[in-house]
Parts: sequence; structure tokens; C-alpha cells
Amino acid sequence: MSANHDDRHDSPDPHGRALRLGIGGPVGSGKTALVAALCRTLGPVLRLGVVTNDIYTTEDADFLRRAGVLDPERIVAIQTGCCPHTAIRDDIAANLDAVESLEERFGPLDLVIVESGGDNLTATFSRGLADQQIFVLDVSGGDKVPRKGGPGVTTADLLVVNKTDLAKHVGADLTVMSRDAAAVREGKPVLFTSIREVPEVYAVAEWVIGVVEAWAHAKRHPHGRAVPTTNA
Amino acid sequence: MTSAALLLLADSRLPAGGHGHSGGAEQAVRVGAITGPEDLARFLQGRLATTGLVTAALAAAARDLASTHRAGAPGAPEPALDGRGGWRELDAEADARTASPAQRGAARTQGRLLLRSARRIWPSAALDALAAAVPEGAHHPVVLGVVAEAAGCGSRDAALAAAYTTITGPATAAVRLLGLDPVVVHRVLAGLVPDLEGVADAACVPLAWEELPAHAAPVLDLLAEQHLRTEVRLFVS
Repeated sequence: MSANHDDRHDSPDPHGRALRLGIGGPVGSGKTALVAALCRTLGPVLRLGVVTNDIYTTEDADFLRRAGVLDPERIVAIQTGCCPHTAIRDDIAANLDAVESLEERFGPLDLVIVESGGDNLTATFSRGLADQQIFVLDVSGGDKVPRKGGPGVTTADLLVVNKTDLAKHVGADLTVMSRDAAAVREGKPVLFTSIREVPEVYAVAEWVIGVVEAWAHAKRHPHGRAVPTTNA
Repeated sequence: MTSAALLLLADSRLPAGGHGHSGGAEQAVRVGAITGPEDLARFLQGRLATTGLVTAALAAAARDLASTHRAGAPGAPEPALDGRGGWRELDAEADARTASPAQRGAARTQGRLLLRSARRIWPSAALDALAAAVPEGAHHPVVLGVVAEAAGCGSRDAALAAAYTTITGPATAAVRLLGLDPVVVHRVLAGLVPDLEGVADAACVPLAWEELPAHAAPVLDLLAEQHLRTEVRLFVS
């Protein structure tokens, strides 16, 4: 093997590997529920793998395995030593190792989802780990969160605002959240979900299929743009 | 003397997965063996005198073997070092000195992650040769020694970096797990500087591989085995 064996992570040409989708956001916003929903909806059409980065133990991975949405062996959990943001941003070695071992065992895959441990509004994925990233908020954190911004809200490729069914109970104004998010995100997409009420998360799944198809297109046409901008 | 390269190598910000390992500290905290700075100091001193010395000696030996690769022609077959064999043999020496299967697994995981990052940071024929010779992932100190050579460090630097990381990982983990005052913990580390220097010196005494230090720490072995069987874990090891 050449010394540049690992260079594929930096290269705009994906060399046939799966799209890596990071899903981050605060504790309890619905990241694991979204991963389960995406596996359920996309499982029949895409070849999937999942890596979880729980703060404690393997709770999220166990939840996903129990949910029966994916072959349990395709779900890998890693421990992050109390530092979930480090594992997805500053030192991504363990996550890359997990992603590649999934691809080696079950590949070729179309999509590997990397779910971060619940963290704060500044936690984003390194571009060396995730090709695309979703940041998940929920309305119960208050409708001011999008306005406050932070790298997760402002830079994620897709912002998902979950638990819209709770808005009336916590006094959150979805119009305000939508307006503020649009203002800080400079046109990047925002989707509102209630995973409890609509577990298929159609709109998010459609966005994911869009970026996977763009990735596959870039594979076939390596001299074009890696992932065209989506307007979901 | 290559001080700047050594700083890069020993920096906890080196992105090679080290932040996920506590070197036994998580389990020691759980069973009450580490409750504060005094316990921690004793834990680190014991770890440095046993695992620390063994890993430092393995790192120095690996660095020496890697430097013979550099002397040889690129792509040359693995050189026999005074009849002492190559990478698989040195890795087997590390295996033989690691009684706990949990620790062996953790050492190989850390070695694999370090190798993955180092091959992109300091590309070298010796790192490629090691990856090819031990595809399942070599022990961390063996990888560290080869990385040290690729980074331009000498054997004593390799030993020092290995010894240093055996105590800084658990120290940081204890800060996170017990909420200890980080300044007090750094004072504990500063107090171990003479021990670190002594371990690095002892690790560089040229010996046949089978005569390299083989100090055992049965309590660390047991903690590692218990840790692997514990349901709630924040750290890999």
C-alpha cells in the first residue's frame, strides 16, 4: 500500500466510497430517533451503515438495534472519553476507523450515518469525517435557539427542527424559528419534523436521497463538482 | 536532538484517538482506587514504573528497527536486526508483555488509529512496512516508535513520548471523571518529571528484544478486564 493510502478522505474524488452523513445536535433533540427513522425509510432503497458516538456506553446503538431498523451488525458504537465533540471534530481517527471497517465488512455501501453524542450548539463535524451534516434541534429548547446561531445551526448542510408537536405546549413560535433560521443560514435548507407523529420523516429522507444521488453522480463524473448544492 | 518533532508527537492534540482511552483510570475511579490527587499520583507512579517502562522500551526498540529500514533501499525486504527479526516479532514481544486481553485489544486499537493518522502526517516506508506486516494493527508503543523515526525523533525521544502518554492519558481522564482541579493534576505530572527522565534513560539501554523490560502490573490487568465487562463506559479502555 502506498503512503497516500488514506488520502481518499481529503480528496474531492470519492473513489467509490459511501457518502458519510453526520447527524449532530443537543441532548434529547431526537438524533437517534432521526437515525432510526432514516434507516426505516431508506433501508429498502439504500445500502446503509451506522456509527454511534454515545456519551455513555452503547445506549443509542442498542436502541437502534432493538428498533430492528437495520441489521444489528451494521451498527457500530464507539466511546468518546467524555468528549463527543472531540471525536467528531478534533480527533476523528476512531470514527474513520469505524466507518471504514463497516465499508470493508458490508461494502459497497451507499450511505454511512455517523451520529454524534448529544452536545452543545458549537459541535460540528470535521469535513474530514462527514461529507454532509444535519444538525437537529427541538422546539422545547425554546424558539430563540436558531437566532442564537452557533456553528451547528449556521453551518450544517441541513437544519432539522424536531418535536413540532410540542410547540404549543412550550410556547415556541415556529414562524419565528423558521424566520431566524433562514436569516442565519443564508438560504441553506431547514426542515420541521415531528418524528413521533410522522416517523417516516419523508422530507428529510428526500433530502438525504438527494445528497446521496449527487455523491453517486460525482463518483461517475469525477471531474465535476463533488456534491452539487441542493435546494431542498 | 529533535525537540519540536517530539513536542508534536507527544501533544495530546495529535489526532490519533488517544482521547478515548483512560489507561485504566476510569475503572480505578469506579472501584474507588482513585478518589483525588494523592491516589492519582500513586496510580500514575505505579503505571509509569511498570507499563510506562515496558512501553518506552518497546517504542525505543521500534524506533531503532525503523531506522535500519531507512538505511536500506526503498522496498527492500524487511531487514533482520542482528538476527532479531522484524515487525511481527517485535509486536509479538509487546503481546507477550501484555497479560490482559482487554489491554492487548486497546493497545492494538490505539496503534491502528495512530498508524492511520501518522501515515498521512509523516509518510514513510517504515510506516507502510509496519502496516503491511501487522495488518490487524500493531501494539501502540511499536507504532509510536516507528512514527517517532518518521517524525525525525531519536530513540530516547520515542521512549520519552511513550512514557509520557502512559501517564497523561489517565491524568486527563481523572480530571474529566472526578472534576479534579486541573492545575493540581498538572502539578502531580510535574512532580513525575524525574521519573519520566529515568524511565526514558532505562528504556534506551540496548538489549536483545527478549531481554527488554517486562514489568507487570496485575492490578492494571484486572482493572482492564473489569472495565471491558462494565456496561457503562465513557472510555474505550
